[in-house]
Amino acid sequence: MIFRALVLSLVLALSSAALAVGPDEVLADPALEQRARDISAGLRCLVCQNQSIDDSDADLARDLRILVRERLVAGDTNAQVEQYVVDRYGEYVLLNPRLGAHTILLWTAAPILLLIGLVALVFARRRHHSSGPEGLSEDEAAALEALKRGRDAP
Amino acid sequence: MSIELGHFALVLAFAISVVSAVGGLTLWRRGERLSAVLGQAAVLQFVLVALAFLAVVHAFVVSDFSLALAANHSHSLKPLIFKISGVWGNHEGSMLLWVLILVLFGALVAAFGRSLPSDLSNLVLGTQSLLTAAFSGFTLFTSNPFVRLSPAPLEGGDLNPVLQDIGLAIHPPLLYAGYVGFSICFSFAIAALVSGRIDQAWARWVRPWTMLSWTFLTLGIAMGSYWAYYELGWGGWWFWDPVENASFMPWLAGTALLHSALVMEKRNALKIWTIFLAIITFSLSLLGTFLVRSGILTSVHTFASDPTRGLVILTILALLIGGAFLLFAIRSPALRQGGLFAPISREGALILNNLFLATAVGAVLVGTLYPLLLDALTGTTISVGAPFFNFTFGALMAPLLLVLPFGPLLAWKRADLVAAGQRLMGFAALAIFLAILISALAGNSISLVPIGLLLGFWVSFGAVAEVIERSRLGRIPLAESLRRLAGLSRSIWSTAIGHLGLGLTVLGIVSVSAWETELVTTLNPGESAELAGSNIAFDSFEQSEGANYLADAGRFTVTAPDGGTAELVAERRTYVASGMPTTEAAIQTYGLSQLYLQLGEPLDDTHVVRVWHKPYILLIWLGTLVMAVAGVLSLTDRRIRLGAPQSRQKLSLGATR
Repeated sequence: MIFRALVLSLVLALSSAALAVGPDEVLADPALEQRARDISAGLRCLVCQNQSIDDSDADLARDLRILVRERLVAGDTNAQVEQYVVDRYGEYVLLNPRLGAHTILLWTAAPILLLIGLVALVFARRRHHSSGPEGLSEDEAAALEALKRGRDAP
Repeated sequence: MSIELGHFALVLAFAISVVSAVGGLTLWRRGERLSAVLGQAAVLQFVLVALAFLAVVHAFVVSDFSLALAANHSHSLKPLIFKISGVWGNHEGSMLLWVLILVLFGALVAAFGRSLPSDLSNLVLGTQSLLTAAFSGFTLFTSNPFVRLSPAPLEGGDLNPVLQDIGLAIHPPLLYAGYVGFSICFSFAIAALVSGRIDQAWARWVRPWTMLSWTFLTLGIAMGSYWAYYELGWGGWWFWDPVENASFMPWLAGTALLHSALVMEKRNALKIWTIFLAIITFSLSLLGTFLVRSGILTSVHTFASDPTRGLVILTILALLIGGAFLLFAIRSPALRQGGLFAPISREGALILNNLFLATAVGAVLVGTLYPLLLDALTGTTISVGAPFFNFTFGALMAPLLLVLPFGPLLAWKRADLVAAGQRLMGFAALAIFLAILISALAGNSISLVPIGLLLGFWVSFGAVAEVIERSRLGRIPLAESLRRLAGLSRSIWSTAIGHLGLGLTVLGIVSVSAWETELVTTLNPGESAELAGSNIAFDSFEQSEGANYLADAGRFTVTAPDGGTAELVAERRTYVASGMPTTEAAIQTYGLSQLYLQLGEPLDDTHVVRVWHKPYILLIWLGTLVMAVAGVLSLTDRRIRLGAPQSRQKLSLGATR
């Protein structure tokens, strides 16, 4: 989960002349194939629910996987492939949203929250200290007063 | 007939809960007599909802398709266990289960809360009844599970095949027990705010309920994750799906609550924050259960939803959560803070824990809701998926894991960080050594892997270090150490074991993320392939018939590197009633690692076969089980079993107002 960088060793055992769906997408060059997998993991399958095209069985996902590999074979960089897909399907296709004016709050949310928490802690601490150690409640003060008076009385 | 009786029982439970809620929340000062009545009402609500639930279960078991719910979601050919679990595999039935667990917890408070001061008990049971009224009312008026069909169909429409699994029998009840259990913490928080009674005794009452709910939620999430892993057919175990996030947020908040309630119980500090967390945690549980039903989010967990239902649910959520926070805003300034402490102290460490966990909750919440809000406000659609969450969440968790082992070794009030560091130094060195060694041996080029390994080992060893430290192992005679070890309180064991579980889970995640290998190929019977040193031979292919499905089954023989062989059967099923296809992957376990084999689509005259080797993946779930064991251990702690030690008299004196 934390480290989604999958090291995949792809072994092709092509036993039959006719290639089937999954295996026939795989590129012969392992380095290029690895790049295709990395890119695919970050592209959303548009007809699925929250799956990347790398994980999906859907036809559209397959088409996109093939498209990605075609662009890679044509010599595109990873960024160019991503841009190519975004140009056709919109930014919605990216599972990792780009940093921009519309996502600045999304990307800065965690640090801002952490900062707010830290500042709140400092303030709470300062206020706590200025209020001094725990005093007596009204009830307790009254009880103490009553005790004192009780001792004075006789 | 039993259906109508069940329907009536639910209506009656609703009526009683309304009366209890009004009575408890308005007359809470009336003392013991009221609390006796409310206690009986709580038990009665449970009995009635249980009857209602059993009526629906009965209809499913005997395939009474005059009940619309059974007709839509059951089938006479289904095995018995799936008939029963099918009761909550749909919106109406799962609502009923939710309400059942809610009233069960209410009844448990009534049964175990006899030592509670009566005003607190009245308020807690009143709030609990308010929740019951809201959700049983919602069930009755918008999602009635007791609707009849006339004429009754001869056969049912069947349950979604993916749900015809033992997972459905276990996952939702555990998850709901976790979600709903936090309602007790919520009710206690409301009671504290209304009555102004908030002290260490309050924390001591709340903590076992938090621990119990947290344990259920831990198991529920882990079970859901394992279910997804083996059922969805490609071995993913966490997707950062909105619904997963919705269950993960209360878990994170509940984890924070466990730790802050500890500070409150021991040191009478963090009161306002603990109350706030209790409200937040249950609010997130409500979001977890209902956001998916409102039709706002779409995910694999979404039940068919209609707009009215969504609106009602959102209104209920807004009133409950909004009301609780309004109460909090009005009443919390009056609560007094207690317990001073230095920044370097056990309290300080636990506050740091809360800071990072709360931020993580916020980050996951923002990530989950941001695309919806952006779409609603600007019309721009973006996706926020796994890469974003992995990065953000990972960045927040890394520092938390780094400081975690220090926490239990620090003293309350004021601690010596250097001394704690010295005690941990050996373990830190060992963790660094192992992380480097393993990364080097695996020839890994990914820079994050050693860091992940380091954190996993560090947290695991830190847990062991605490126990060793307390037993003074190696510094005093062994027999003496063992005696000390046996004499350690269960809460110390619980802390150490819980943290160990977290460390194991981290190690499993790192391992499977870094070293998973995959094989995608085409095979015919008689051919074989290799993956991670194992030989996978495709023996035969046949078509077979199950109770309510047809299956294409592939038989494989896997020969492990050590020469051991295993027969595996991977299936592709088509369910008769719905025509829906599913894949049943074959999984072979080797120690903590697994080989995951999926039979893909047939093409031309050959079969697509996908195999994954998942090294040490079982550590992920083993770690969560260890965490749950820690929760159970803590619940059996003597101090909790004996209940809050303060007598009623002392409490009424010790109340802060």
